[in-house]
Amino acid sequence: MAELNLHAALPEIWVAVSAMVLLLVGAYTGDRAMRLIGLLSMLVMGVAIVAMLGIDVSTVPQLAFNGHFIVDRFAVFAKVLALIAAMASVWMSFSYAEREGMARFELPLLMLLATLGMMLMISANDLISLYVGLELQSLALYVTAAIRRDTVKSTEAGLKYFVLGALSSGMLLYGASMIYGFVGTVSFAGLSTALSGATEPSLGLIVGLVFLCAGLAFKISAVPFHMWTPDVYEGAPTPITAFFSAAPKVAAIALFTRVLVDAFGGLTPQWQQIIFAVSVASMLLGAFAAIGQRNIKRLMAYSSIGNIGYALVGLAAGTPQGVSGLLFYMAVYVPMTLGSFAVILAMRQKGQMVEEIADLSGLAKSQPWLAHIFAAILFSMAGIPPLVGFFGKWMVFAAAVNQGLYVLAVIGVVASVVSAYYYVRVIKVMYFDEAVTAFDRVDGSLKLVLASSLAVVVIGILFINPLQNSAIAAAASLFPE
Amino acid sequence: MWEITLTHYLTVAAILFTIGVFGIFLNRKNVIIILMSVELILLSVNINLVAFSSFLGDMVGQVFAMLVLTVAAAEAAIGLAILVVYFRNRGSIAVEDLNVMKG
Repeated sequence: MAELNLHAALPEIWVAVSAMVLLLVGAYTGDRAMRLIGLLSMLVMGVAIVAMLGIDVSTVPQLAFNGHFIVDRFAVFAKVLALIAAMASVWMSFSYAEREGMARFELPLLMLLATLGMMLMISANDLISLYVGLELQSLALYVTAAIRRDTVKSTEAGLKYFVLGALSSGMLLYGASMIYGFVGTVSFAGLSTALSGATEPSLGLIVGLVFLCAGLAFKISAVPFHMWTPDVYEGAPTPITAFFSAAPKVAAIALFTRVLVDAFGGLTPQWQQIIFAVSVASMLLGAFAAIGQRNIKRLMAYSSIGNIGYALVGLAAGTPQGVSGLLFYMAVYVPMTLGSFAVILAMRQKGQMVEEIADLSGLAKSQPWLAHIFAAILFSMAGIPPLVGFFGKWMVFAAAVNQGLYVLAVIGVVASVVSAYYYVRVIKVMYFDEAVTAFDRVDGSLKLVLASSLAVVVIGILFINPLQNSAIAAAASLFPE
Repeated sequence: MWEITLTHYLTVAAILFTIGVFGIFLNRKNVIIILMSVELILLSVNINLVAFSSFLGDMVGQVFAMLVLTVAAAEAAIGLAILVVYFRNRGSIAVEDLNVMKG
């Protein structure tokens, strides 16, 4: 174990070195190289995916940096998902950035660095690498939120995100320090061994666990740490919001799962209560608070809070089935949310971005395909079979029911019915309201994302089994036999 | 006569942490005070880590504290940078002026 084993961390090293090289390229060529650097960043992420799939984790997990860094099937699954989400977000940002005057070469680079942070988070195997990975991701994200530095909205979003993000990092760290003090180790393997005994956990340890959960709940925007989400989603430039809603969520929830299941597996009854409460609150708030929203980005913010609540149902079950359901849920959530944001990016009237739900009225007449795709995605998010969103919900609820968490499953179904109301309301506006002004032509780059998202939502049903099998294999690597 | 034990260090750290959290939520004046409160929270964590490290006779806590210091510096730099661009747009850094988006 006491070795570097750099081979396992090759994708991360590759991304880190490439980011620095691209930074130099940008420093010499300036902002006109934005698109080039963006495309190269996407290439870097693509190569990282290939390199990751080349690491042999089929039997035993690979440890690197003396056990601070772990690559197992769970990590590979989550990282591939986060990288795909990041690639799609970078791809969607080009034409928006050029049109809206935020075409700075730093934009794709910051997204690349945030993605590197996410990869480190997913592979973190002790509290120190957890913290460093999380901060690398967060610091890059604060800046991307404020990247339109000449507008009040974007900078205010960045400032709010920074203040609350820094507070949550502080809470997470305080929790980590308590855990370190009361257990005497920071490595997940050490924590897992120390906590597997039948002894009653000390109060200090529980306090530490609660603070750690609070910090991580902030990063996945779970209630009661969701306050930043609507403001940041509304204020940040739309492609950045798309990025926020997909990749960091995957990374943070994967990290949350690894910490709780792997390191704190011995305290499952304790953290189960926390996750139970957080999950119920997120599902209900995501369902009810979204009803009154007029701004589509705020609506998506509440929708993402609700979706995180559903994903946490799987974690609350605390079983391999639950974790595989969570991974499956995130794998169908990412294409759905990216597709929705591609539609929002297409909401442009006479060269101006519009964000109100009412602006969508009559879309079915003016741009039928856009309306059909958005309707399919929204129906999938609402959980209408046979679209993939239904199977995601089904798997997490099934895991909860198998653990006897009937209350959680019932609340989940109720919340999902309530949230169907506001999804269907958007569809009603698109199909039955009178058109005001037609949208401008949709960019080619968005069409690609829209088409892929539609393909996943509609044809995804044919690939449920392979996806489920890889989610099950990934979840199994977190649970020792 | 007076022996300073681990409990004393933990108490100081807990008080600093609480002051930091209250500084963020009760402060209605200036965003800079929020940045100071964040630093206070991170320093309370460092006291915790170093006290535990010395008490446990384990170096890991001090290594952790070093990393926290480094990241805290980066965090302060980014926070101030965002604050400067915000001030250029809004002409104010009062907490109650952070209200363009509400909901």
